Amino acid sequence: MWVINVVGLLFIGLIIWWFWLYKPAAAVDLKNENISIVVNNGIYQPSRIKVVADQKTTLKFIRKDGSLCAATVIFPAIELSAELPLDKEKSIALPALSVGEYAFHCPMKMYSGTLIVE
Amino acid sequence: MSKIRDIHTGNTSQELIIEGASCASCVGKIETALKNIEGVENAEMNFALSTVLVTGQVEADRLIKTIEAAGYQAKSTNQSSDEQLLIARETVDQEYYSRLIKQVWIALGLGVPLMIYSLVGGPMTVDTTLERGIWLVIGLLCAAIMYFAGKHFYIGAWHSFVNHSANMDTLIALGTGTAWLYSMLVVFFPMLFPEMARHVYFEATAMIIGLINLGLALEAKARGRTSDAIKRLIGLQAKTARVVRDKQEVDIPIKQVQLNDIVRVRPGEKIPVDGVVTQGQSSIDESMLTGEPMPVAKTVADKVAAGTLNKSGSILFKATRVGKDTALAQIIKMVKRAQNSKPPIGRLADVISAYFVPAIMITAVVSALVWLNFGPDPALAFAVVSATTVLIIACPCALGLATPMSVMVGVGKAAEAGVLIRNGEALQTASKITVMILDKTGTITQGAPQVTDLLIADKAYTEHYILTVAASLESNSEHPLGAAIVESAVERGLELARVSDFQAIAGQGVTAKLNQHQLLFGNQKLMLENSIDLNDYLDKAQQLASEAKTPMYLAIDNKLAAIISVSDPLKVDSVSAIKRLQANGIRVVMLTGDNRATANAVAKQVGIKEVYAEVLPEEKSRKVAELQAQGEIVGMTGDGINDAPALALANVGFAIGTGTDVAIESADITLMRGSLHGLADAIAISKATLRNIKQNLFGAFVYNIAGVPFAAGLLYPFFGILLNPVIAGAAMALSSLTVVSNANRLRLFKPQEH
Repeated sequence: MWVINVVGLLFIGLIIWWFWLYKPAAAVDLKNENISIVVNNGIYQPSRIKVVADQKTTLKFIRKDGSLCAATVIFPAIELSAELPLDKEKSIALPALSVGEYAFHCPMKMYSGTLIVE
Repeated sequence: MSKIRDIHTGNTSQELIIEGASCASCVGKIETALKNIEGVENAEMNFALSTVLVTGQVEADRLIKTIEAAGYQAKSTNQSSDEQLLIARETVDQEYYSRLIKQVWIALGLGVPLMIYSLVGGPMTVDTTLERGIWLVIGLLCAAIMYFAGKHFYIGAWHSFVNHSANMDTLIALGTGTAWLYSMLVVFFPMLFPEMARHVYFEATAMIIGLINLGLALEAKARGRTSDAIKRLIGLQAKTARVVRDKQEVDIPIKQVQLNDIVRVRPGEKIPVDGVVTQGQSSIDESMLTGEPMPVAKTVADKVAAGTLNKSGSILFKATRVGKDTALAQIIKMVKRAQNSKPPIGRLADVISAYFVPAIMITAVVSALVWLNFGPDPALAFAVVSATTVLIIACPCALGLATPMSVMVGVGKAAEAGVLIRNGEALQTASKITVMILDKTGTITQGAPQVTDLLIADKAYTEHYILTVAASLESNSEHPLGAAIVESAVERGLELARVSDFQAIAGQGVTAKLNQHQLLFGNQKLMLENSIDLNDYLDKAQQLASEAKTPMYLAIDNKLAAIISVSDPLKVDSVSAIKRLQANGIRVVMLTGDNRATANAVAKQVGIKEVYAEVLPEEKSRKVAELQAQGEIVGMTGDGINDAPALALANVGFAIGTGTDVAIESADITLMRGSLHGLADAIAISKATLRNIKQNLFGAFVYNIAGVPFAAGLLYPFFGILLNPVIAGAAMALSSLTVVSNANRLRLFKPQEH
């Protein structure tokens, strides 16, 4: 029985580490790479994007998922939201932002990403 | 003031599609060519999309010709219209719905018979070889269902997992996956399990996938209705316009209407773009934009707005704003933006939902361990059931939907009443306002002063002569009261004379000479300083002031000739609207730059007890700050231009009576019609929306907090009840549907009749 308990506790530890403690992978730098953010299967790909501070930026999104949540992307800190048409690239012009991290997500937060401004 | 959008300068932007620009160096060439055109403020080309965005007051034709001269092809576009976007979105949503319904049939097709079989007492256990064979077939069928009807959950869960995030898909995939995997292990290796634990749960997997898909489909339908208000606004846009080209009237698609085109609108037709009437007169129904039920009379030089309805006459007008620049397009944009913003009350749910799914996964593991350690036989089966049920019953969607759904409906509802709410925060704060500051001129009153009385003090002069002299003097001044006098003279067909030695004395009035006569026109102070004898006219003047009129004295050759009084009439429903605000427990305060006597008189008429008169524009924001320091949540209502700093400082700034001009950036809430009832409506709608959000959040929290312990088996020690995972699946599907339906209830909300 103790084996099962240890496995269970390990499992809990794994959940905590994987979902909460893990430091996210390096962000994609828009300065170096011209990418489109793909919205599909519950994630933004890439979901961490680096942009330059105090400069206007354009993010490109392409939605491949028909679910309702995916159809809108929201940048709450700058009160910006945009509809993403299906299978069509949509450019979203962002104003110049000061240094910091800005979350973006779909209305229900099933999709979420981070904009790193530096 | 910097917040006032550049619509006041008349600048617009238009987008052109460029063809033939195949190299990056073309960009500079096209941009420079466009920037060289007089009137173009900026031109920015997007090479990837082959479009160029031009800002400035220039016709599209001219831009196109310039680009052609530079060696490229160009055509005008206003990108996809809102209507096209809406249709595209509806098609996608409809396809999504149909796909889900198909998946519901597939999953329930196997799930329901199995469920009935188990309910009527059919053994769901694996004891004989025949049973193993049958269950194996069913298990494989179930796998097929998981693939065809539930693939999206598993793929979504996997992608989230590799990205270190978890969502609803994760829970469903884990829950159904656990039930299926356990059952398959029982089928393949029954000997590994105690006899009582050789139970299969294929029906749970199939039913849960079916029910959750059904919930998603119903939710998609219900969510479609939450955007009714925006659909209605988009539907206001006319599809074609009748434009005068080469002296002929031709019908063209709305997208091709260009700036300065002359447009014909006949009775019963919609105004296609914004413009200024150049010929004819008519009454126009603007209720769809402003909420104002009475049609508005329009004649030459009056503005008309896209989406409004021409009722009576045929008019010609010049297009001043087209495509995405029309007031209607701006309203749609603003409502859309506000619908997707979140009031602070929703932030708690956001914080919780960030930790929710992993926390539920941990709860499921803990629940399974507790059953394995302390549960009765078959502990293993109980552990699997409780873990599956915990995973399935938890509903992060209800938490996530609670706030946005209500905001969506509330903001749309407000737009229908002619109230534009900038964002979720304004919506929430408006529901908590304790003090409402109202500017007098243009807010409580009509903002259009009129001459009300003309008292002749010196019988040597006629009324016409006095009015001619006063108007001739005031035509040199910029004072709003002076404008009323000039207008009155013009209305009576009087011809103004040219005055000399004109001088304006701040805070007093004006002086000038006319045909060697010395003229003085202004307030009491001006008269006293020039030693003019006012005799018994002082009493009469005071009497006028107490009636909310502003008396102005005219002296000719140092002798009082007449008193002209000007007053700014109250809006017809100011009294009832202010009563409505007060009845809602809001302390109403009046703020004005006007003199104390007039201010007090107006306040008395409308039933306001607290008045601050003779307040300079820059002092208005100080007053807002003072009230805030007293701990009040301050709403400030003004015209949005003179009051911009005070509006920006107030907890909620309301800009009023801008008609179809929606460009007021300093206001949190814009009231499109002049009536103060819009203010009471705005507050009523925000209160109703906040109440709705609280109901949703309460429901979602209670559901998750109560549902999860039940699922884990909390009732078992006391009542011997363990929740069936299928019921958990149905409950989960229902919980988010309940939230969406409750938000939809807001659509029926009606602000108090007035």
